Amino acid sequence: MFDLTGKCALVTGASGGIGAEIARVLHTAGATVGLSGTRIQPLEALAADLGERAHVLSCNLSNPEEVEGLVKRAVEAMGAVDILVNNAGITRDGLIMRMSDEDWQSVIDVNLTATFRLCRAAVRGMMKARWGRIVNISSVVGTTGNPGQVNYAASKAGMVGLSKSLAAEVASRGITVNCVAPGFIETAMTDKLNEQQRAAILGAVPAGRMGTPQEIAAAVLYLASQEAGYVTGATLHVNGGMAMG
Amino acid sequence: MSDIADRVKKIVVEHLGVEEDKVTESASFIDDLGADSLDTVELVMAFEEEFGIEIPDDAAETIQTFGDAVKFISEAA
Repeated sequence: MFDLTGKCALVTGASGGIGAEIARVLHTAGATVGLSGTRIQPLEALAADLGERAHVLSCNLSNPEEVEGLVKRAVEAMGAVDILVNNAGITRDGLIMRMSDEDWQSVIDVNLTATFRLCRAAVRGMMKARWGRIVNISSVVGTTGNPGQVNYAASKAGMVGLSKSLAAEVASRGITVNCVAPGFIETAMTDKLNEQQRAAILGAVPAGRMGTPQEIAAAVLYLASQEAGYVTGATLHVNGGMAMG
Repeated sequence: MSDIADRVKKIVVEHLGVEEDKVTESASFIDDLGADSLDTVELVMAFEEEFGIEIPDDAAETIQTFGDAVKFISEAA
């Protein structure tokens, strides 16, 4: 089950904790992977670790020209983009009254607009191939909201609306578009939380623990697989029960 | 038949999987050749690639038949 031999997957934000694990799991399932991110060193370390079938594709997602060129470069490196995982994301937290236009716009640009541009570029080849898988990494806060994150939550909810609309547009061509919405996951980002913040978060999670990058990657692998061909426009929540539905 | 018409016909036949003799001057992509809205977008993109031209959205909307496509491309290429 979930054999991706012969498929080529482009993963953005592959230098981060969740993105790296997604790339690793897709690679283990047999896919060729394109590792995109801004920090070259961790990408090259990951590629070296994976060995064959791994390509480093540096890209700054806040630069429209670089985003436009990324899918093309991925196709040149791998031969195709059969699977696109829009995982890259940034935060610029702050209460709305203190949030600058720049903090709003940069989060929307990287999380939502880059996702739109990469989907638009990738869907062309997928339509020709009559097969494709797009998995957009949203967030639990896109559903629940979170004080201090109007920009981030809006971008993540936006990805869900984008995914549902695109799913309807391309379903007849064998292309599925879904979201995975992680809750609190053990990464460098959540390592920074203090004890009090951790306790507050865990109090809201019925499972009583944070999730792992592996648990997010497993959800992505499923949605990227042949077996998930009838699942489209869905959001798979992976959050230990902290928000359901 | 002109070279452009031949090339357009080849794209239409390949893309929509229709018989060559069905692709007549007045054949409508949607009504006669079974295209859906996504097919028409794909056809326009294929024409753009084949002929190295840009077909803006408002122009694409006017291309309803095989004849429309050949006429537009002949004028643009």
